[in-house]
Amino acid sequence: MKSLLASHNQLSDTFIQLQVLNSADEKVTALPRFAEKLQDVRLYPLKPLTVNTLQVNIGKMCNQTCKHCHVDAGPDRREIMTKETMMECLNALADTSISTVDLTGGAPEMNPNFRWFVEQITNLGRKVIVRCNLTIIVANKKYNDLPFFFRQNKVEVVSSLPYFTSVKTDAQRGDGVFEDSIKALKMLNDAGYGIPGTGLKLNLVYNPSGAFLPPAQAGLEADFKTELFRRFQIKFNELYAITNLPISRFLDYLLVSGNYDAYMEKLVASFNPHAAENVMCRSMISVSWDGFLYDCDFNQMLDLKIGNQSSRHISAFNAGKLLDREIIVNQHCFGCTAGAGSSCGGELT
Amino acid sequence: MKTYYDPEDLKKFATISEYQPNLAKKFFDYYGEVFEEGALTAREKSLIALAVAHTVQCPYCIDAYATDCLEKGSNEEQMMEAIHVAAAIRGGSSLVHGVQMMNKVKQLSM
Repeated sequence: MKSLLASHNQLSDTFIQLQVLNSADEKVTALPRFAEKLQDVRLYPLKPLTVNTLQVNIGKMCNQTCKHCHVDAGPDRREIMTKETMMECLNALADTSISTVDLTGGAPEMNPNFRWFVEQITNLGRKVIVRCNLTIIVANKKYNDLPFFFRQNKVEVVSSLPYFTSVKTDAQRGDGVFEDSIKALKMLNDAGYGIPGTGLKLNLVYNPSGAFLPPAQAGLEADFKTELFRRFQIKFNELYAITNLPISRFLDYLLVSGNYDAYMEKLVASFNPHAAENVMCRSMISVSWDGFLYDCDFNQMLDLKIGNQSSRHISAFNAGKLLDREIIVNQHCFGCTAGAGSSCGGELT
Repeated sequence: MKTYYDPEDLKKFATISEYQPNLAKKFFDYYGEVFEEGALTAREKSLIALAVAHTVQCPYCIDAYATDCLEKGSNEEQMMEAIHVAAAIRGGSSLVHGVQMMNKVKQLSM
């Protein structure tokens, strides 16, 4: 499977994606605008509450090509963050009290400066989260020691595992991904990750394998814990249930499978004001591989840059001005406010 | 192609209140409460609803509860097992009447 970009799919153009989301199709235009729904609950314009997390996407290069990937990442993507831009991130961090740096990709570990960057952030006394796709740990010998590197730097590991069976996992993430993920999870457990008392956190992410909302997080976490231990003796800390947002490859899937209209209607009908109060863009800033700033990773993938003109790049990072911004919203935001809500840390309510 | 069943009609379920609002309200309030977490979990109730939907052969209910079961965290194996339970009861209910047939045959026969 190729990325949308490599396969010359028109949805690789973010303008086309936004056109679909704001489509002239009668059914979709009949849906309320996300901004209107926020207005109804007195949250518009949406403003930040704080900036406690810097989520840095250090590259779109990945060893996997997942069907639902909102980044359109894959082995054919070459965009990765340079050491210079990483330096700019470190300078920005040093001037703020941001407590957490959330590293994502692609497979962030494939950036040649990944380990250096993690060490530098750790030296600044900030917590590092790595969104590790698991299979990278067993993809090549040079990555086999990642669990120990993570441990040395007290990194929190967050990894996608759509289900505790191979059929569903491989359907979403590619053939053989489940088997490799299980191997990697065992290596992480062997290094102490997910084991009570070690303080080494291993959290899993569940995304629905299709056009439906995720189940309640607590019940699903209990299922995953029981089944992963029973079948493979694997332990982990928490499970985050995350809704698939209708952008990029998941948007392509929705359109090709004929599920787009019904999915959007479902997201809108499931709008939860309490989730809207707690959306992750109110407490984070997202940085792209080339240093531009966004309200979240999804806005980044739609190239909806941050509203504040004077602090749009990490080289001009100004926490005060960013706190005063208006968050850019569009129809995809319904994905974060549906049902129990959704964020990079799971449910919002 | 025009058929008796239109998937879009499922979304119009609430419009049955147009002709009998009081009865509809009572039904929907009852319906909502039935599916809340109780002595049975919402997931278990959704699986029961899926099985019953196949027994009453309601395409609206099958669509609705196939989706709901996934969103309640059931997997495909569990959902198909629930339908087999419905099928077993349905088949069994035919076969057990075979005893009545045998009773009648024996009554009529020398």
